[in-house]
Amino acid sequence: MLTRLSLAAALAVSVCGAALAQEPRDGGTIRFTAPYGSGFATLDILATNQSQDEIFAKGLFRSLYNWNPSAGKAEPELATSVDVSDDGLTYTYHLRDDAIFHNGRAMTADDIIWTFTHIMDGAKAYPGARYVRVIEGAVAVEKGEATEISGLKKIDDHTLEMTLTEKIDPSFYFHGPTTSIYPVEAADQADFASNPIGLGPYKLTEYVPGSRIVMDKWDQFYKPVHADRIVVMPMSEAAARDIAFRNQEIDNSILGPEQYVAYQNDPELSKGILEVAEVFTRVMGMNPNFEPFADKRVRQAINHAINADIIIEKLAKNKAYRATSWLPLSSPAYDDSLQPYAYDPEKAKELLAEAGYPDGFEFEWTATSNESWGIPIVEAIVPMLAKVGVKVKIKAVESSVLSQDVRAGNFQAFIWSLQTGPDPLATLKCFKSDTPQSACNYTLYNNPEVDKLLDEAAAASDEAAKIEALKKVNAIIYDDAPVWFFNYNKAVMAYQPWLHGLQPNANELAVQNFEDLWVDETSPAAD
Amino acid sequence: MLSFVARRLLQTIPILLAVALLIFLIFSVIPGTFASSVGSDGRGMLDPQVIERMNQELGLNDPVIVRFGRYVADLVQFDLGTSFRTRQPVTKELLARSWPTLQLVLASMSFAVAVGVPLGFIAAMRPGSLLDTSSMVAAVSGLSLPKFWLGLLLMYFFALQLKWLPSFGYGNGGFRHLVLPAISLGLAPLALLARTTRAAVLDIINADFVRTARAKGMSEARVIRWHLTRNALVIVLTTIGLQFGSVVGQAVVIEKLFAWPGLGSLLVDSVTLRDIPVVQGCILIMVLFFLLSNMLIDVLCAIIDPRIKYS
Repeated sequence: MLTRLSLAAALAVSVCGAALAQEPRDGGTIRFTAPYGSGFATLDILATNQSQDEIFAKGLFRSLYNWNPSAGKAEPELATSVDVSDDGLTYTYHLRDDAIFHNGRAMTADDIIWTFTHIMDGAKAYPGARYVRVIEGAVAVEKGEATEISGLKKIDDHTLEMTLTEKIDPSFYFHGPTTSIYPVEAADQADFASNPIGLGPYKLTEYVPGSRIVMDKWDQFYKPVHADRIVVMPMSEAAARDIAFRNQEIDNSILGPEQYVAYQNDPELSKGILEVAEVFTRVMGMNPNFEPFADKRVRQAINHAINADIIIEKLAKNKAYRATSWLPLSSPAYDDSLQPYAYDPEKAKELLAEAGYPDGFEFEWTATSNESWGIPIVEAIVPMLAKVGVKVKIKAVESSVLSQDVRAGNFQAFIWSLQTGPDPLATLKCFKSDTPQSACNYTLYNNPEVDKLLDEAAAASDEAAKIEALKKVNAIIYDDAPVWFFNYNKAVMAYQPWLHGLQPNANELAVQNFEDLWVDETSPAAD
Repeated sequence: MLSFVARRLLQTIPILLAVALLIFLIFSVIPGTFASSVGSDGRGMLDPQVIERMNQELGLNDPVIVRFGRYVADLVQFDLGTSFRTRQPVTKELLARSWPTLQLVLASMSFAVAVGVPLGFIAAMRPGSLLDTSSMVAAVSGLSLPKFWLGLLLMYFFALQLKWLPSFGYGNGGFRHLVLPAISLGLAPLALLARTTRAAVLDIINADFVRTARAKGMSEARVIRWHLTRNALVIVLTTIGLQFGSVVGQAVVIEKLFAWPGLGSLLVDSVTLRDIPVVQGCILIMVLFFLLSNMLIDVLCAIIDPRIKYS
């Protein structure tokens, strides 16, 4: 597995390396696809948290931090430097003086304060509220008890002080599009959702709902921008994307398992494949309120009874990495000493017998039709579990129903692909006993030792100590097996030979910093 | 005639209200909400407080009867509500997406009528001939082909192999982008029209009044124009009317395949995301289109065939 990871990493590095070896060329149009829907939700990026919208958001907007895919961490974007107080609760941002909104006005601390206050508008349900809530006084604004966030203080136009309620790393909280910075003027602009103004490297030129977003280079962006124009097109049908890609009408395409195999076997197409281990872990969650799953030995037996490797090979077509615990390969707290549960039906039977289920039991498994972590996978598992006496009744649901049922605890078992990064602390907090099931503690996990270690990690001043504590949590979860650990997603993007500067973004491969992309003269849209 | 049109228009109101009620009830009982769909991609560990606020903001915590009352009250004022996901008026969303769908439907039906009707007519004039057999084989094949697969085949040949046309997208709504989706969508109604026309013409060609017309020395061209065509046209027009309506529904698949920004692709995304106001709006528009196109056909039939009286 590590060999596979090394190969993937080497490939990703070689892609970036090849791009770096050439001098970026300015000009041309990049024809980028957004594969997760037939359209975009809205251009008001604070109102949506969909991956599909995050793709174009990287062109139009910027947040306080930005994710650096190559470094695997978020870095200050709108600040040139950040000072942190000794207690780790107060951050002083020295803001860029060259960040210019698309209306030509320079950004100041007022814009950040206004944006964060806007996100906490109690009458709205902005997804970014869950991040801003960590700033002191933000909850009071949300509840309507205050009109200003007390933890945000403008020192001068380009200096902002932020006080937090708990010791967290704000880079994980304020790098996403749900906390993009808007200009203060947005408050008076009724048509902001149609004519958004951001700080991104590209400004909006045309929006045809359901068809495309056209963005032109913003000349006053504070970093070099290469391509003149980015066209982002929603294309949800993989087969149609495949033809368009082969016909050179688009510059990139996200591949599914079948296409991954076809592209790998094609001498030309195989030259343009970018792979990355994304921060998504596919698991079967087990509800401890269903009696058999309350016993750790039963949960471990399930892990031993399923031959995950063969499913990854035959069904996922190796477009996945075997999961060894909760945290994925790209996590800073990933533990490479952990080995996956061995496929051992005999041991599974023994564990079931010890737990009082020598003849097995029957459970209902809630699953969607997703090809990578849905019913096709469950169907392959059913005979494996039958071998150890466990019968499965499949409950087929739609994705929004899965989300609803799991958050409400209305399941015996479910299979899902869950985001497990980039922040290992926030990810593992899902296993804290006081985290509600409706938030992300779907398996009602409760282990005092884990609670203690998570508190220690949150309070740690030393990064190494924090990581060490998180690794211990990850190992305990592995042993407790609240889930069947299936795989970590391997995201695969096909790209045309003329497209350069792609970044191996483990958070979401389809999301790219557009300013780093460029096309050479062989592109059909080079002019 | 005017009173007929007015009466038919008035009849659409209870039908639309019944459809609105039906959609509303269906989406009230099926599981899944907008908030749950927002968190369905397993990302972001959606905050329960945000979910609660979302339900509150969208009025989803109110009882079904209250929500339906509010919906109908808005509807009679031609207010279709606000989209959950875009926070924009639904009418604005529908306006942006209606024209591409209308373009696609008109183009596909024009293709179907322009090819299907003459094909059926010619086949009927020479029953049992090679032309008749082959055109009917083609027609049955056209009816049987899954649209999705046909669309992919067209993309493959005309875009990838021949490089004649773009494989996907809307472009500026021009002819080149319209051709492949229109053919994919129009082939099934074409086949049906060809078969219906053939059957209608064959039925009339042996009728007594046609034999009489020929016996009294009327020229063949006149027999075809005055007796055959006008009589067959009523059946053909009725079929066209029904097909117009169903093609709007079938456009869902084609729009998604060709990344065509019409009502169909909007509907699919909105159902997935449980953006109920938009789903209701899309379906209402589609039903309205079906009703209006059929009313228009009824009027045309009455003009063509004076025996039809609408009283």
